[in-house]
Parts: sequence; C-alpha cells; structure tokens
Amino acid sequence: MTDDRNGLAHIAGLVPESSRVLDLGCGGGALLAHLRDERRCAGIGVEIDDALVAQCIGREVKVLQLNLEDGLSLFEDDSFDVVLQLDTLQNLRHTAALLRETARVGHQAIVSFPNFAHWPNRLSVLRGRMPVTKALPYQWFDTPNIRVGTFADFEVLARQCGLRVIDAFGLHEGERIDRWPNLMASTAVFRFERA
Amino acid sequence: MHFDVPLPLQGGGRLAAYDLVYETYGTLNTQRSNAVLVCHALNASHHVAGLDAAGQAGWWDNLVGPGKPLDTDRFFVIGVNNPGSCFGSTGPMHVNPATGQPWGADFPVLTVEDWVDAQARLLDQLGITQLAAVLGGSLGGMQALSWALRHPQRLRHCVAVATAPNLSAQNIAFNEVARRAIITDPDFHGGHFYRHGVVPARGLRVARMIGHITYLSDDSMEAKFGRQMRTAELSYTTQDIEFQIESYLRYQGEKFAGYFDANTYLLITRALDYFDPARAHGGDLARAFAAATAKFLLVSFHTDWRFAPARSREIVKALVDNRHSVSYAEIDAPHGHDAFLLDDPRYHAVMRAYFGNVAQEFAA
Repeated sequence: MTDDRNGLAHIAGLVPESSRVLDLGCGGGALLAHLRDERRCAGIGVEIDDALVAQCIGREVKVLQLNLEDGLSLFEDDSFDVVLQLDTLQNLRHTAALLRETARVGHQAIVSFPNFAHWPNRLSVLRGRMPVTKALPYQWFDTPNIRVGTFADFEVLARQCGLRVIDAFGLHEGERIDRWPNLMASTAVFRFERA
Repeated sequence: MHFDVPLPLQGGGRLAAYDLVYETYGTLNTQRSNAVLVCHALNASHHVAGLDAAGQAGWWDNLVGPGKPLDTDRFFVIGVNNPGSCFGSTGPMHVNPATGQPWGADFPVLTVEDWVDAQARLLDQLGITQLAAVLGGSLGGMQALSWALRHPQRLRHCVAVATAPNLSAQNIAFNEVARRAIITDPDFHGGHFYRHGVVPARGLRVARMIGHITYLSDDSMEAKFGRQMRTAELSYTTQDIEFQIESYLRYQGEKFAGYFDANTYLLITRALDYFDPARAHGGDLARAFAAATAKFLLVSFHTDWRFAPARSREIVKALVDNRHSVSYAEIDAPHGHDAFLLDDPRYHAVMRAYFGNVAQEFAA
C-alpha cells in the first residue's frame, strides 16, 4: 500500500503541513521524504530492515533501526504531531500495546492495514480458501501477516484501547472509499487520538 | 606537529608542551569544508588508512580510502594520535622536560575532553575551522560525541560507532582487572620501568587477553575456536596450551606486549572510565546534549556486549529528546565489539550512504 502512489497521497494529505511526524515501519522512507519535500514536515522513521534503513539514510530521511515489538520507550509522550503506522500493524505481535504506544507519543495517529473483510477475501473464504490478493499477497503458510483483521474489527479494538477515532475510511486501487469500506476497500485507514 | 602553548587539562594540571603525530588522506578543498577527523580507540593510532612505511595497512583501511565508504577522493581525512598514547605523540615514554627523565607514571591523566581539545588545536594549525564530520568507534566514538558537546560549531556531523555515553560498572571492572595485571607485574616499578630497562610484559599480556575476550562475542569465539585442541590427545597439563583459544589469546597478548606501552594502557583505560558527559548535568544525558548542533549517526552491533546497543540507544534517546537530527543503525553482526573494525556489508552500506550525503553538502 505504501508503494501505491495514490494511496500514499491520500495518507500524506491527512498530515498537516509543517508537522512533526514519526513513521513506524517507514520502509525506504519514501513517504517521509515526500512529507519533508512537499509539506515541510520534520520526520523520523523507525525501520527494522537493514537495506531499508540504508535506503532511508541515502534519501536523508532520519531513521532509527529498532524493533517495534520492543515498544516506543525511546519517545516521550506527545513528542510528535502525527504518528504513522502504515501497513505495519498486521506484522506485529503486540498489536494493542503498540496502538496505545502510538497514541501516547503522538497527538494524532494514522494507521492503515489490509482489510480482511474486503469482498474478494470474503468470497475466497466462502469458497473455502484463504485469500491471496494484491493487499494480501501471501499464501497462508508463509505470510508475515500474523494479525489479519477487518475494518470493523479495528473499530472495536480502538475502543478497547481507549482511542477516539477522528476519521476512518477505506482505500482501494488508490481511491478513497467512504461507502461500506468494510466490504469495498482492500485497505483500512484510521485516524485517531487518545480519548 | 609541535605545540608550545600549554594544554589545560580536566584533571587540573596542564601539558606544558607536546607533539601530536597525524596523518592525512585526500585533499582539503579550497573552501576547507571537506575535512573529516577520525578518532582512534584504545590501541590504535593516527595511521587510519593506506599503507605505512612498513607496509602496514591502517586500522580502518576497509572503511577509509579512495572509493571506500569514507571516500578520500571526496573527503580530506585526518587521523591523529592522542597525547598519552604510544605511537608518536607525546606520551609517558617521552622525557618530562621538568625532570629530564621519562614521564612514566607521572604523565598527567588525560580525559576524552582533553584529547578533543588537543585535536581542536591541531585543526587550528591546519586552518580548518569546521569539520564536515568527526568519526570514531568505541573510545573514538566517545571523542566524536565529546566534539559535538565541547565544540558544537566546529563540526557538521558526528558519527559515533559502537560507543556508549559512559562505561558501566562491568566495563570499568574489566579495565580495572587489566590495570591491576599491569601494576602488580614486578617489572612495572611503579610506572618507572623505563629506567630499569624492562617492560611489564606479563601484565600487558594478561591485560590484552582480558580485553580481547570482551571484544569478541561468545558466538564468534565458538565459531572460530570452539573446543579445538592443539593436539589430538589430552596432555593432562595445567600450564601448557591444550585449547586453540588459549593459544590465540597468548599470541595476542604476546604481540601486544611487544608494541604497547603499559602506562599508556593505564591512561587510556582511565580516560574510558572517566568519560561521562551527563555527570556535569546531574546525570541527565539529554541535558548534556542540549547544546549540540551537529547531525548525528550512531551505529551499534547486536552481539557487542562491551558497548551494547542499549547504550547507543541511550544516546539516541537523548538526541531525540532534544529534537536533534539523528539516524541510528543497529547491525546484526556476529563479531561482538570488534564488528566496528570489520567490513560487514550492512554496516558499510549505512556508512557509505551517510557519508555520500555529507559529501553532497560541499559538492553543491
């Protein structure tokens, strides 16, 4: 999803100009570079992969090589205007803990993840097989997605974690989906803050 | 280079006159903006890169040189031997002008800060007001950090590898064992062994053996030596070498005792122990870094237990708290502390990318 230019533009559009951004699971730093160059944001990324860390540094994107499973103890409360956690949540074991941490260190957070309830996925499961799609491209036995959830599931988790959802919508093929996102969108996007 | 103006020291005294030995690589550009200072650790010298007269490669030759991550086709790199060391700059084996005798144990205790101040004076003489970067690993990393705190306007980038904001109790303990090995060697003569025509080689060997163990990871030692025996049959001896690891450590100790000065070992391990920039700020490292203006790159290695990643993360946190510019790489290299001197491709990719950006600043 973060490689999808239109999808990226939708997320970037949610980040206020000149804000201080923390991007958890920032990959090669494309979004942070975009936010710096186009929206004058001061950003820092967290990434675990060696090659992606070097890529960030090559783009002059500030990056810290850390494991998100260890939490965000490096960052003080409310030290960022916006914390991004894009396409990362599904790879992490301590989902709820990191969501709380995300809300702690930022005034606002934006989370995106593949929506398992997108209709082709439902169809696939109805046929008796786990879905393999653009948003969920892995076979069930070798997927890094250890936490697959739905748009509707996240609303429940957000409540449990004491988060107030400011905005929620779907993304599909680079388009924003506001109508029945749980059914119609391959990616779920939530903007929230501490309740 | 000779210095006649006394260097005031943290310990209260001063070094009246001294020489600093240095080496440079590459060419200083006309704006004098492409200089990088490389700070050495315990047993290294000003000879950072290339081959010396004896054909010896510099201690960081895999990182520094033409086309290398710190590219001397673009940067002017300076390696300087710190005072108190034993590779040419004024040290305890030299004559104390006040007594006409070798300094020995009377050589003043120098700190990381003193070294940095001495290096700054060298740069004054070289006509370099601002460095593109200061780079160092381990104790050299401490000097790089100290540069950013003591002379914030004089560097644009601080690259500190496999380092720590101070030594832990365990780390000081290792240093103390090494020092006791030297000091209790009968050939040490209270630090004035020069006049007796001997060196405390036994103490130096043991000190080096201990140090060496702490620079390697358990895994790398296991992979390199395991339980390999010198001979197929056990000899049931307590004093002869049975295992290859023993042979290796004895060899390293022997080699080290042949070239390193015992007083220098004491001085440099003390400088390590004393380094603690947070101390003057009530132990608050973030406050210590408040005045820094450089951009930082920190690198640590997973298997380094002497300067563990957690220690580098403390520095990263202090920088993040101050909203200073910092990037941090934590490399999953298997080699322990020594990894900073090796050429792990992941590590060197980070260094190459970073220095590539630094070079852009003055190329533009």
